[in-house]
Amino acid sequence: MISEDKNHHLKRKNKSSTQLIEMAEVKLLGVGGSSYSRRVEWALKIKGVKYEFTEEDLQSKSPLLLESNPVHKKIPVLIHNCKAICESMVILEYIDETFEGPSILPQDPYERAIARFWAKFLDGKCLEAVGKALWSKFGEEEEKSKQEAYEVLKIVDNELKDKKFIGGDNIGFVDVAANYIPFWLEIVEEATGVVLVTSEKFPHLCAWRDEYLNCSEVKENLPDRDTMLGFFKAKVLAATVAK
Amino acid sequence: MAEELKLHRTWSSPFGLRIVWALHIKGIEYDAIFEDLSQKSPELLQYNPIHKKIPVLVHKGKPICESLVILEYIDETWKEAPLLPQDPYEKAMARFWAKFGEEKLLPSIWSVFTGQGEEKKEALGLAVQNLELLEEQLKEKFFGGEKIGYLDLVFGWLAYLLDVFEEVIDLKLFDAGKFPLLSAWMKNFYDAPEIKEHWPPRDKLVTKFQVLHEKYQTANPPK
Repeated sequence: MISEDKNHHLKRKNKSSTQLIEMAEVKLLGVGGSSYSRRVEWALKIKGVKYEFTEEDLQSKSPLLLESNPVHKKIPVLIHNCKAICESMVILEYIDETFEGPSILPQDPYERAIARFWAKFLDGKCLEAVGKALWSKFGEEEEKSKQEAYEVLKIVDNELKDKKFIGGDNIGFVDVAANYIPFWLEIVEEATGVVLVTSEKFPHLCAWRDEYLNCSEVKENLPDRDTMLGFFKAKVLAATVAK
Repeated sequence: MAEELKLHRTWSSPFGLRIVWALHIKGIEYDAIFEDLSQKSPELLQYNPIHKKIPVLVHKGKPICESLVILEYIDETWKEAPLLPQDPYEKAMARFWAKFGEEKLLPSIWSVFTGQGEEKKEALGLAVQNLELLEEQLKEKFFGGEKIGYLDLVFGWLAYLLDVFEEVIDLKLFDAGKFPLLSAWMKNFYDAPEIKEHWPPRDKLVTKFQVLHEKYQTANPPK
């Protein structure tokens, strides 16, 4: 178990080798622009865990990445004490169970089950429907995809009716799982011209988004918006040419 | 105790079976409610309004949905006979492979079942690759070690459905010679006392999947 206390004790012994140990103990292989990668970073920030971040080039994956995630060859990968953990939601649970600090998941088994249910919905059905709708100009059935996206977004909006965050008073497991919605979604909307989220349609979702982007763990740890917009505009161009 | 715990399931669903097995392993009593998916009960629709699916476990009136979520809930609520490993890294590995099972392996095998012509051939290649990855993971008698654990329950459907699919589509999906460890695991799992008394009747399964297979053939004629 890594804790702030343990690190502090080691620091007194030998600063430089401890820094190396500290740095090497938790590594994250990720991509700054990826919402999956940022989920892990925000979880580490919630816990106050120091980590070493390596930006992967997905066109030229590092040997470490390929070795650490041979099954999917994807980021993010958390390397802790030389062991690799893959899949962002699996990593989140690992972080919560391994490091001391504020809880990411609730303590009560029923509350945890509810959180896992919502995380699965947001990471799965919801993200899928939203992604499909955002890119529907280049796919099939634009109107149908939009309707499906509105349905899932309404479910999330309703869930936020009496809550500041899906996790309650602080961002938690489900909010981190849903991270695409408060930041990336709006940028893709601008790039594609497909607008799904308005405050008229989803007032609670929009309020949540504003609170979310104001959290310290998030605010100081977001990719540059203009860079992201450029990235998505290039994707739109490529999709337009392909069509 | 039994009135406090209900499980909404169907006679054949592998997702529901996972929960039946888990509850048996833990020695927990419950009431099983068999749903007809063409006519879902008002309770099911109330308990799982978002997906309207089984299984749903209802504990003291509170519903839990999604089979993997239910398995973790059961493991955290009833501590005897643990299903998941205690060590956080081992637990993460179990969750990783469960996700692989749900998102890669199962869909690839389902694509072989529903596919035709070139699509089917491609799907078969992918399914075999996924099975190879799984074969490499078997280090002991079960995925859970000496005893059945979480991952065995997650992959348990392979032990009874692969063979049914093969019969219905008349195609060898699983070459036992190529997968000696998985083969042995399937036999051990199939025959385990906590598991075997719950298998749905094979002939009924064959009929059900034959009907389903025909539906897919007519809905998507070969290209």
